[in-house]
Amino acid sequence: MTTPEPADATEATGTSAETGTTEPAGAAAETETTEPAGAAAEAETTEPAGTTAEPMTTAAAAGVTKTTGTTDTRTTETTGPTTEPAGTAEHAGTPAEPAGTAGPAGTAAETGTTTVETGTTTVETGTTTVETGTTAAETGTTAVETRSTEPAGTAARAGEGSEAVVEVVERRLHPVTPLRRAWAPVAVLFGWAVHDPDGAQRHLSRLTTTTLLIGLAVIVPAAALYGFCSWWFTHFAVTESELRIRTGLVFRRTAHIRLERIQAIDVTQPLLARVAGVAKLKLDVIGTDKKDELAFLGADEARALRAELLARAAGFAPGTAHEVGEAPSRQLLRVPPGVLAVSLVLSGATWGSLAAALVVPPLLWLATQSVWTLLAVALPLLGAAGASSVGRFVAEYDWTVAESPDGLRIDHGLLDRAHETVPPGRVQSVRIVEPLLWRRRGWVRVELDVSGSANSLLIPVAPRELAEAVVARVLPGVTVPQHAALSPSPRRARWCVPLWWRGYGLAVTDTVFVARSGLLCRTLSLVPHAKVQSVRMTQGPWERARGVADVSVDTGADQTVRARLRDAAEARDLLAAQAERSRTGRRDARPDRWMA
Amino acid sequence: METGSPRDAGPGQAGTQGTAAAVEGEPVWIALPPGLLKMRRLLLVVWLGLIALAAGLVPGLLAGPAWAAFALPPLALMAWGWVMVDRNWRSWRYAERADDLLISRGVLWREETVVPYGRMQLVEVTSGPVERHFGLASVQLHTAAAATDATIPGLDPAEAERLRDRLTELGEARSAGL
Repeated sequence: MTTPEPADATEATGTSAETGTTEPAGAAAETETTEPAGAAAEAETTEPAGTTAEPMTTAAAAGVTKTTGTTDTRTTETTGPTTEPAGTAEHAGTPAEPAGTAGPAGTAAETGTTTVETGTTTVETGTTTVETGTTAAETGTTAVETRSTEPAGTAARAGEGSEAVVEVVERRLHPVTPLRRAWAPVAVLFGWAVHDPDGAQRHLSRLTTTTLLIGLAVIVPAAALYGFCSWWFTHFAVTESELRIRTGLVFRRTAHIRLERIQAIDVTQPLLARVAGVAKLKLDVIGTDKKDELAFLGADEARALRAELLARAAGFAPGTAHEVGEAPSRQLLRVPPGVLAVSLVLSGATWGSLAAALVVPPLLWLATQSVWTLLAVALPLLGAAGASSVGRFVAEYDWTVAESPDGLRIDHGLLDRAHETVPPGRVQSVRIVEPLLWRRRGWVRVELDVSGSANSLLIPVAPRELAEAVVARVLPGVTVPQHAALSPSPRRARWCVPLWWRGYGLAVTDTVFVARSGLLCRTLSLVPHAKVQSVRMTQGPWERARGVADVSVDTGADQTVRARLRDAAEARDLLAAQAERSRTGRRDARPDRWMA
Repeated sequence: METGSPRDAGPGQAGTQGTAAAVEGEPVWIALPPGLLKMRRLLLVVWLGLIALAAGLVPGLLAGPAWAAFALPPLALMAWGWVMVDRNWRSWRYAERADDLLISRGVLWREETVVPYGRMQLVEVTSGPVERHFGLASVQLHTAAAATDATIPGLDPAEAERLRDRLTELGEARSAGL
């Protein structure tokens, strides 16, 4: 992306104001005030074309209108009597609405699912010819067919270097990318050799030098060509409103990812990638099952791109988004390796899997005397034991949680470094887990659910007070209730769930629904009222005999939090009250664009 | 805009839609039409009848007439099911309130679901071949949570479509998304 300067966006809308063309909406009148002198001069040059192109130049759809949301013009936006298009009514009243509000009202700025007319301006610097055309753009979920919608002045300035780059700048991945799959054929051969050593030996002895050479002469260039092609035909570009990934030689695939749909962006560096100095960018998008990823980018480039995407998703205009850079972060929490090691030693899962790996194979050997059965069972068990002890230590090593305006940053990993970002307001529910052996030390683990994201761990281990402070950052305005503050299940519930009924508890504050479960490993689940999708009350025959019932709330991350064994009358009231709260809770919720 | 205000729930709106009313907190429950009961009973009789026939005939012909008693358990099951299907059908009911849809079902395992209109992502009307033969259709609500299981089976197709249109309309008016 060429770096358009902040003021330029103003220009674009200001153009028509200067030229005195009949402005379709009140946008220009407002932007005029902050218009720099230089901008006006430049606008003059584009004037003739602009007049003919009017009103399409200004009738830009949501994507272009966002450009007015630069830092310079923001003051104007807040003061101006903005005409709200229908599509943005969802955010009505929230002062954080960055785009669309100043948009041309009647013409184009409907951001909903309706078809939008877009003014597509393609500019070539030097000649200053403005080509205008209209394309019907669907501003739906992902598929958008808008072509580059750069404001005229932006291009004029941005292309001050050599050639005019007005089109959305397409970039390629890092040149080491072709090598990422280079090991695959080797691995297949190796696996075959291990699987059948005798056969491999025989085949190898039969191979003559000639066949080997021919094989190499065919396979190596073919693999190289494949790698090169897959790299050469993969492009990505960032526009005002979306990230576009174009890939594939035979089967083409073009993914247009709406920036405001991005839930989280992770930068991961597997070990080899760390050696090569590259990183992988993974995107979590609402409504997609698989993660879209850009692999590989240069490590610095990946970080810069993440910062840019997050800034844009947060509502910064393209000009500033690039300059904002990585938002400053403030470290909230860092887990020392010693504490992590102790916590893993003290957790039941480690010992359970170790015990299973040590006890089951010998028993099986005694029972069957078969090597293959033994291997088939012992290897997965050993793998699980390793994953739950050493694997977790390696993955959760140096776990750092930092706060920045674009969300919570989570960095971790000993060999593979991962940098995750959890934008605020996207967290559906939070779980605070307290295993039995950690309780004396006051440690907890915090897990969270973000819709469309696989990441679930927020803090592997931390003292409760610290963890609660971090939770308060993730769920603004939420205080985690103490265990004493939770109302327990009635005593008669012991007939339904013996012993464990003591673990159940419930608290409802004005912001969250909190349910506790578990006796040895206590889990406290928090769901903000604004994230509740539906409420259910269930009651089995045994529960009805005792006059108790369960209340479940469902969240968008496919998580259900159950408050078990409540008094039946209380549950009925809770059902009605919770439905009301979840309905009204959205009012105070943060907008989709959180930084503007 | 996005959420209905409490005054929407007042009795004033009760008359507008005939069915939609939440007067003084107590929702107006609507039961399912008898078509579903008929269909389920027929399916029960057909399937269990076939099983009983097979269980009775095969051993009865191969081993002796006494073995035809194997047909008795499926028949007993059929009689029990006849009653159970009725009870289950009676338990289904739904209510459109001003701001949310209530669905209540189950005899032994009772479940009551509340879905605020603003959270609905999609309303679906489905009707299989058997259902169509009996003039039935079911309405299913989808929210962003997969766990939300809000289905109303065995509705009259006209009622299903009315419900769909009304829910969509209300959902748009109160849309809140994730």
